[in-house]
Amino acid sequence: MSLVFAGVCSHAPGITGRAHLADPDDKATLYSAFDDMRQALEDSKPDALIVIAAEHFANFFMNNMPAYCIGASDEYEGPIEDPQWLGIERRLIPGNPELSKRIIQSVLQDVDVAYAEEWKFDHGISVPLHFLTPKYDLDIIPVNINCQGPPLSPLHRAWAFGEALRKACDEAPERIAIVATGGISHWPATPDSGKINEAWDKAFLQRWCAGDKAAMLSYTDEEIWRDAGQGGFEIRAFIAISGATVGYTPRVHYYRPIPIFAVGCTTGWVDL
Amino acid sequence: MSLYQTQKLLYLLNKDVQLQQSFLADHESVLADYKLTEEEHAALAKQDIGLLYILGVNGQILMHFAAMCGLAWPEYIQAMRDALVIHGNVRTGLYVTTDGKGAV
Repeated sequence: MSLVFAGVCSHAPGITGRAHLADPDDKATLYSAFDDMRQALEDSKPDALIVIAAEHFANFFMNNMPAYCIGASDEYEGPIEDPQWLGIERRLIPGNPELSKRIIQSVLQDVDVAYAEEWKFDHGISVPLHFLTPKYDLDIIPVNINCQGPPLSPLHRAWAFGEALRKACDEAPERIAIVATGGISHWPATPDSGKINEAWDKAFLQRWCAGDKAAMLSYTDEEIWRDAGQGGFEIRAFIAISGATVGYTPRVHYYRPIPIFAVGCTTGWVDL
Repeated sequence: MSLYQTQKLLYLLNKDVQLQQSFLADHESVLADYKLTEEEHAALAKQDIGLLYILGVNGQILMHFAAMCGLAWPEYIQAMRDALVIHGNVRTGLYVTTDGKGAV
């Protein structure tokens, strides 16, 4: 089989943790968009879901920071954050180490990815799963792209990583879905929290929808930091999806800047 | 190097409930294991979230320590804004503020 679903969504912790502070229409429309994405994911009948997230120091620190890492455990725990703070109960989430290892072995043909047989999920994975697999009955394969602790992997390597993941999925008999999570412009966990560069977001999403490789890879990290904040580095997750779905049409299904969630909240997926 | 040590301790605190309990019960015994400047030591001992932000602690690490110290989200944001007024901008790292005003 092959890739049966490829999408992107936001993962900001405020989406669940500060939902009570949000404008009711913002919350309702975003949650409805997540419902639509869950339906599309379920309709693709996946056997496993790869979640590419930019994690936030839950597992990896600057003592030993992989640029790319794939999980290979039979179960994962999450969220690592205080459940009350995040608004998501802590639980065990099933994995599939055998499938993980096949994917890792395949990706290694093209990208020197690290692997981890221990992994705790933070909001980068826990928030999307809360909406997309609320029964926690789908095998999850977590993937991290370091978007937090520079030096960061160049954008063209995020594209190559997506291509390598696609090849790995094509080689597997299972039906595999991929969801990449992250923000576009945002300044999370800073005094600028809630600032969102809507124009920059829309320009990026236009490039993403067009599958415009050259335009997406043209940003420098200095430009991203200046125009899209510390959180903007997470466009690597979106770019990996583009690399994994060359030739298909991505669509943005929801975008709305929601300051209390500290990000332009987004869902989108690719017509495969 | 000592910002690394400060962040390392916070990273471990965020993950380890037992270490959190040790830190809250007797922070000096925990801090003794880290090579910190006097300023970093004091900021951690006093749970001075604003100063830790100014010293360059990554927000994705600091926000969880702030929650552990009992700060609600608006209080956490305000602590950083207050610190900008007192100390000036962040001294190093990615989390230098642009205008410190945000939207929330």
